[in-house]
Amino acid sequence: MNMVNLKINNVPCQAPEGATILEAAHDAGITIPTLCYLKESKRVNGACRVCVVEVKGAKNLLPACVYPVSEGMEVYTHTKRVQNARKMNLELLLSIHNQDCMSCVRNGDCELLRLCKQYGVDKSNAFEGVLPERQDDDSALHLVKDSSKCIICRRCISTCAENQGVGVINVVERGFNTHIACAFEGKLADSTCIGCGQCITVCPTAALVERDDTEKVWNALDDPTRHVIVQTAPSVRAALGEEFGLPIGTNVQGKMVAALRRLGFDGVFDTDFAADMTIMEEAHEFLDRVKNGGKLPLITSCSPGWVKYCETFHPDFIPNLSSCKSPQQMFGALSKTYYAKKMGIDPRDIYCVSVMPCTAKKIEISRADQSAAGEGIPDVDVSITTRELARMIHRSGLRFVDLPDEDFDPAMGQATGAGHIFGATGGVMEAALRTAVETLTGEKVEPVEFAQVRGTEGIKEAEYQVAGMTLRVCVVSGTANAGKVLDMVRRGEKQYHMIEVMACPGGCVNGGGQPIQPAPVRNFTDIRALRAKALYDQDQASELRRSHENPLVQQVYAEFLGEPGSETAHHVLHTSYQKREKLY
Amino acid sequence: MRRFSTLPFAGTPEQETQLRQWLAEHKEMPGVTMPALQKAQEIYGYLPIEVQRMVAEGLDKPLADIYGVATFYSQFRLAPQGRNRISVCLGTACYVKGSGKIHEKLQEKLNIKDGECTPDGKFSLDSCRCVGACGLAPVLMINEDVYGRLTGDDDELDAILAKYE
Repeated sequence: MNMVNLKINNVPCQAPEGATILEAAHDAGITIPTLCYLKESKRVNGACRVCVVEVKGAKNLLPACVYPVSEGMEVYTHTKRVQNARKMNLELLLSIHNQDCMSCVRNGDCELLRLCKQYGVDKSNAFEGVLPERQDDDSALHLVKDSSKCIICRRCISTCAENQGVGVINVVERGFNTHIACAFEGKLADSTCIGCGQCITVCPTAALVERDDTEKVWNALDDPTRHVIVQTAPSVRAALGEEFGLPIGTNVQGKMVAALRRLGFDGVFDTDFAADMTIMEEAHEFLDRVKNGGKLPLITSCSPGWVKYCETFHPDFIPNLSSCKSPQQMFGALSKTYYAKKMGIDPRDIYCVSVMPCTAKKIEISRADQSAAGEGIPDVDVSITTRELARMIHRSGLRFVDLPDEDFDPAMGQATGAGHIFGATGGVMEAALRTAVETLTGEKVEPVEFAQVRGTEGIKEAEYQVAGMTLRVCVVSGTANAGKVLDMVRRGEKQYHMIEVMACPGGCVNGGGQPIQPAPVRNFTDIRALRAKALYDQDQASELRRSHENPLVQQVYAEFLGEPGSETAHHVLHTSYQKREKLY
Repeated sequence: MRRFSTLPFAGTPEQETQLRQWLAEHKEMPGVTMPALQKAQEIYGYLPIEVQRMVAEGLDKPLADIYGVATFYSQFRLAPQGRNRISVCLGTACYVKGSGKIHEKLQEKLNIKDGECTPDGKFSLDSCRCVGACGLAPVLMINEDVYGRLTGDDDELDAILAKYE
């Protein structure tokens, strides 16, 4: 790599050729503020102008996020001129921003507010702009869009179109009428939006936020007639600590369980147990399709964002989707059948709360064919995100970091390492391989790791020789990548036996319901890898690492379901899919 | 906020074939969205959701991308034009001579808003900035006919509208 020599604030330094001033400054220990720029975005637009810097010889201030370094360049990042320009640009943004900060859910982690403080913005009305009328789109089950908080940075558009391949929103109109909307001002609920929530995690303000369902949970906890239980997905424990100041990638399972118990849940359970159940059913389904000439490749169905993407954009692959419910739904279904029976509780009295790294899970709970205990008894009653759980813990006054480490309740709380890694891209595939390969060969597989399917790359392939056959698998994260892979499969360029898809880049650890990290962190830290490591470490430290070794799983089959793929298992743990029209 | 067409879409199969063929031939052209929308407007006269969907499908782009371009440029129309296109000049000279009132009055008389078309397709109403006849201010045009030195009286406007079928 060719290096160029430059000076930043009179200090000589080097940066790789092609690097931006922003990147060079970061390496030199300086954070240049950004509002529109995100390294992971493919559409860089330089629209917000808060990253401007002074470059010797240049007439105008230059945007550091897009301007490349060159030999002999002299950059100044905090001159009076730079400070004034950044302050003015922030004031201009404020002139179109609804400054309802007191009642704003992003108060505390709003990137705009943080920068206003940093640059000494002392007037909230320095410029007379046009404050947009508050036009909420609260039609969707998973998010609320408030255009009056939008600063038109376009991060959401890039994420939706480029990373997710959906493109449901764009900038429309011009001048003061400019706003982010679906085509023809269509409602998100009627749109091709897949619910992944990636737009929320990149939004610097509260223009896009998850639908807050915590009131429903508080109400249930307040109702003595209800048996309120909670399940937590693998990725929640890998990220929840960030909301309490712990380093990214800290596994806080023990404190999370303690907090949930103190919030008042009657049972604190682990979705990872249901992940083990998913593997039992999915491995069985896979082997059945391989042996009996069923539809291949089998494609995983744990990620509801991905499922809706498939139903909307690639409906010809619906027969390839595994009929298995997601772990969230399997857990809910078992809680209202197996667990209800075992505990002698009417399933109507059980209120099942799920804590997920995901916003699409809020949509999934109301899908058709997701009520195993009967019509009107949803498998899961309410799904909240990691962020909403953090909000509940904050409100309760629990000092999270001081809590003891506690264990899940045993009734539905025992999981293997295979269940833990479900949160990372490649995790479901690895867990499935651990069980499927052993079932095919009848021998214990050592080592248990399938390292080829690990890592944060968007598309990964691997081949395994198993029982005389070559098993070809593919692991995809980010639905835009899924689209690419399906196009290749459709054209016959690629042939796989099994494909794992997670809608969010890097998998559920980077889900749309996870703690929001501001741009300066996202740009220079791989939060996906750090959070995934927390799960792989937990797997490595687990005594049991194969789903079929889970004694609780064995017990559920022995006492209730019979065999994997049995009629009861199909009734309780499997579901169906439908083609969806592209309206907006 | 843009107003969308309130009239039912009445495109013909011939128009659709023509547009889809053009899109198929030019799909790979860099920056194809603008010319595609121009072509679509040339064929249909305006760009309702049905037409924008064809463009989105033909170019394999999200509808939101097409809509974003269609609402950025003033040359694109989301509502159809009538058989008779009224254009009221709101340029400086006409405006100070009261063309704004005339524009408002026509909206009342036709029961449509600026940029819309009457349900029978007879008139569409738009505003423009200067037709180069400031000496006749206030001015309006219907198709190629210029009407100047207007008073904005009901009788006067009714008489003008009555000339058109």
